[in-house]
Amino acid sequence: MIEINNLTKSFADTMVLNGVTTCFDQGKTNLVIGQSGSGKTVFLKCILGLHQASGGEIIYNKAPLSEMSENERTLLRQDMGMVFQGSALFDSMTVEENVMFPMQMFTNSPIDEIRERANIAIKRVNLINANEKLPSEISGGMKKRVAIARAIVMNPNYLFCDEPNSGLDPKTAILIDNLIQEITQEYKITTVINTHDMNSVMEIGEKIIFLKDGEKKWEGTNKEIFKTDNVAVTDFVYSSELFKKVRKVYLEENE
Amino acid sequence: MIKLLEHIGRYFIMLQKTFGKFTKTSVLQKLIVREIDDLITGSLGIVAFISFFVGGVVAIQTAINSDNPLLPKYLVGFATRQSIILEFAPTFISIIMAGKVGSFITSSIGTMRVTEQIDALEVMGVNTYNYLIFPKIVAMTLFPFIIVISMFLGVFGGYVACISGGFSAHADFIEGLQLDFNPFHVTYAFIKTFLFAMLLATIPAYHGYYMKGGALGVGKASTTSFVWTSVAIIVMNSFVTNFLLT
Repeated sequence: MIEINNLTKSFADTMVLNGVTTCFDQGKTNLVIGQSGSGKTVFLKCILGLHQASGGEIIYNKAPLSEMSENERTLLRQDMGMVFQGSALFDSMTVEENVMFPMQMFTNSPIDEIRERANIAIKRVNLINANEKLPSEISGGMKKRVAIARAIVMNPNYLFCDEPNSGLDPKTAILIDNLIQEITQEYKITTVINTHDMNSVMEIGEKIIFLKDGEKKWEGTNKEIFKTDNVAVTDFVYSSELFKKVRKVYLEENE
Repeated sequence: MIKLLEHIGRYFIMLQKTFGKFTKTSVLQKLIVREIDDLITGSLGIVAFISFFVGGVVAIQTAINSDNPLLPKYLVGFATRQSIILEFAPTFISIIMAGKVGSFITSSIGTMRVTEQIDALEVMGVNTYNYLIFPKIVAMTLFPFIIVISMFLGVFGGYVACISGGFSAHADFIEGLQLDFNPFHVTYAFIKTFLFAMLLATIPAYHGYYMKGGALGVGKASTTSFVWTSVAIIVMNSFVTNFLLT
């Protein structure tokens, strides 16, 4: 579980996050949504410790991040997996080497065992015959799968995804969303996903927080988001005619 | 001025972090071997080519400009040896390397920054400074070997050019090469080569690590890194020469 209390972050005079308080539960896919520039990525980077928060607290299983020593932070990071927007695979390594990398860095297991565990993770994300390929030789969807395999290979307790289905076709995007949700439930991971993909919101949003101008304006589930009358949320989520109709049909069916 | 001081401060903080928490030895060994291949072995061809021909040109220029009968005939060999050992091999080749190796280091680290690979390493808990920069520093400690090759080929190029062009006789050139040889000049050349190697590994790494922007930013960072590495080499050369030879 990750608790966020009154998190603020500013760059020079610009306040990017303003008092965000929320809680991300274990075994759930927690979504952070909001327009571009709403502070989602900064929020995620603060939670990860890549940005130093200007104020507030980030608590990992009752241990405040700000009170952790450098060693404790390093250990915590080994318990995290991250899927970046652009996958962030290491270009000079093959798919298998990319997935093996965290284990090679942080375990003393024999190479055969590392390879075996990497292949379990690769198989888990349904990647076939790609082990020897370089990231430049595989598709965007495959890259995301490799990134997910690399993120889960150390059996982390926390999984962070920054727009995991951006740039993917709708079918692959849904496959990636479902894969993340399955893995979250299977391994009982605390998953936090930054997205502005409304399909993801409807499909896997077990908990959703909505950011606007660096402030949390709403939180709820994918069921509650249909019923909310929060203008900021409805303006953002139901900005397209299609989603307005989807909402209307949902509300009529569930009246 | 404040900006420059800020850069210098951040550069030294980067160096301190580079020697902070070390990456696992087995991983580091592989990285060092790869860097030696990229930075040292990969530079041998261009260094050999430039050294041989520039050595030839230095010898020809000396011969053409010293045709006064009062000047001794061994002067061409002597001047070629001194120019190549003292300045051409250590300094000129280092500046060429600032273009070749420096751009490679800046663009490879810069691309990792742009594509969030450095963020990915940080999230995993890797000391990215040590992982990315330390192997380059270790690889560049072999840079003096490149300079030995450059010195040898430079002098050899001078010899070939002089003999084949009829600018000097074999015996005169060899006499000039051996005349008044001071072994400390070679030591001096290696001391400054080693210092240049450290600049060559770390200044481009700094520009790559802290670069901002996208693909265009990588290009800009490579250019800036070349300029600042060259400036640092020239300034360092001036200090070291003043300190060791005067």
